[in-house]
Amino acid sequence: MIRFIFRRTGSLILLLVAVSFITFTLFQLGPADPASAACGQECTPERVAEARVALGMDHPFLIQYIDYMRGLVSPRMIGAPGAESICQWPCLGKSFQTNENVSDIIARSLPYTLSMAVGALVLWTVSGVGLGLLAALRKGSATDKFIVGAASVGVSLPIPVTGLFLLLVFVNQLHLLPFTTNEINSPFGPQGPWAWVLNYLLPWVALAVLFSAAYIRVTRTNMIETFSEDFIRTARAKGLAPRTVTFKHGVRAGITPVVTMLGMDIGLLLGGAVLTEQIFSVPGLGFTAVRAAISGDLPVTMAITMLAAFFVIVANVVVDLAYAAIDPRVRLQ
Amino acid sequence: MTQLQPSPAGQPATRTAQPATRTGAFLDVRNLSVKFPTDDGLVSAVNGMDFSLERGQTLGIVGESGSGKSVTSQALMGLLKGTSARVTGQALFQGKDLVTLPESGMRQLRGRNIGMIFQDPLSALHPFYTVGHQIAEAYLVHNKASKKQARTAAVDMLGRVGIPSPEQRYDEYPHHFSGGMRQRAMIAMALICEPELLIADEPTTALDVTVQAQILDLMSELQEETNSALILITHDLGVVAEICDSVLVMYGGQCVESGPVDEIFYDTQHPYTLGLLKSMPTLSSSSGRLNPIPGQPPSLLDLPKGCIFSARCEYAALAGDGVCASQRPELVVEDGHGKRCHLRGPQIVTIRNTR
Repeated sequence: MIRFIFRRTGSLILLLVAVSFITFTLFQLGPADPASAACGQECTPERVAEARVALGMDHPFLIQYIDYMRGLVSPRMIGAPGAESICQWPCLGKSFQTNENVSDIIARSLPYTLSMAVGALVLWTVSGVGLGLLAALRKGSATDKFIVGAASVGVSLPIPVTGLFLLLVFVNQLHLLPFTTNEINSPFGPQGPWAWVLNYLLPWVALAVLFSAAYIRVTRTNMIETFSEDFIRTARAKGLAPRTVTFKHGVRAGITPVVTMLGMDIGLLLGGAVLTEQIFSVPGLGFTAVRAAISGDLPVTMAITMLAAFFVIVANVVVDLAYAAIDPRVRLQ
Repeated sequence: MTQLQPSPAGQPATRTAQPATRTGAFLDVRNLSVKFPTDDGLVSAVNGMDFSLERGQTLGIVGESGSGKSVTSQALMGLLKGTSARVTGQALFQGKDLVTLPESGMRQLRGRNIGMIFQDPLSALHPFYTVGHQIAEAYLVHNKASKKQARTAAVDMLGRVGIPSPEQRYDEYPHHFSGGMRQRAMIAMALICEPELLIADEPTTALDVTVQAQILDLMSELQEETNSALILITHDLGVVAEICDSVLVMYGGQCVESGPVDEIFYDTQHPYTLGLLKSMPTLSSSSGRLNPIPGQPPSLLDLPKGCIFSARCEYAALAGDGVCASQRPELVVEDGHGKRCHLRGPQIVTIRNTR
């Protein structure tokens, strides 16, 4: 167990280094010119050069990268010589655009992304696994066909379509829900959990429609396969109640692929649901990352990319641990 | 006679109800049929099975793959309820008709009154739960007991089926067990509530020969102890000879011959049974080749009009007039020995003696 954690932490660090290096390189190769962007409208070549120095872009590529990575382990000084300011650990650099500490930007955006992810995740897992299981139990029936049909429609609807449709119907026409506001980013805020739910309900539904479709199909296929296993017949032959057969013997055995999917999707979603955040104007990580990438704000882009990679990797470790908890045959050595 | 659904039109007429001469038998199966609707048509997996069984007796059901052995056992266990299978006929178990009994009533019987041992213990045991837990679970369904009592009962049962250090083995998973040990655990699970009827569906097929013998011994031993009735489904005639009192030979979903085990082996009446016996490898065989029955079993989608074995029967011509191909023989029972064949006794004796 301890060896497992060590090994995974080691590979986590290696992967983060690789991801950050690739992002850094891509940025250097790309057309972004943060220095002229930072220097503003009326810019002289001298001021661009000054800006380059202030942003640390006068150094060679590798030095820049190493400087950046150093900030992850210790505080460092940032800025033009003579006008330096300290960037406390963990230093993710300062925004080229606003000169704000990137860690502050992340800390500000993360609650929005978490709010989006948590609700959507619960909604699509419950609906996806629930409907998939129902379809498997009623295999071949009208219910099954309806659920499978609905899943096919759901998976083919892109977020901009579902999102705008939901906004149009529930906010614009029926006035049932408020337009998403930036003032609420946690269920523990002054407005209370209910306002939080109402505020994020539409983005949750939009994400859930897209994601639950895949969960319905995977759950259905795996449960149908599991229900035809010999050990299910044994469970019935013991005289167990159908509920026990379905859940204790069936679902536990058939759910592992869903756990894998869930791990991947949680990781992806925590890195920011770019489209959904754009449509609903939620200033989460995805929203921030898009703006940073467009404006050539390297430190912000780097930080969010690495954070997203970090979430994906950690989610995978959690999946492995969950697997071991579910299936004794993969108990960790 | 109770029938859930009328036989679909176009099916060969099955025998009508027997006079109630054998009422009160422990298990009395009358005209049991199982049909599965498929995209290609109706598959007649079991067609009019009749047999009865008393406590303490062992009945062997023999036949090749697809002859309806396992489907018969699953119908008796009510495991086909809730599927698309159409089960008709009657199976009286201590006065209760297992065919018409609703699922909830059947659940009360399963495990407690009727136990079942399956073929492949690795796939029949749940891979995610400990062996002990699965046995205790079977105990807890039918007994008002604490988890501790269930554990004690399960450990005791594991010991009775010959698993060494059962207290430790209780907490191990099926994949920690060897094949023979797994089958012992399976038997422990089936017997934990001491059912009066035990159905063993090819219990030794997945095991090697020495382990087979041990498992068979164990089953007869435990059967004697509890005076239960045992239905042993197998395609292994050696197994039948070893522990069965009576035998039922199945072909194409029908019983073609039935009777006491000695009569089936030494006074064989049906050409199919003869073929089965002949196809068994013997140590003294000089040619070193096996003698299979030529041909293929009939399609259960479209059973032939006449005797279902006629197409593969070497002696169909002996019955004369093409009767074997045109007319389905009835199961005729004489002195407890039943056969479904147009050939008369003396003809069979001649055939047997020419071999």
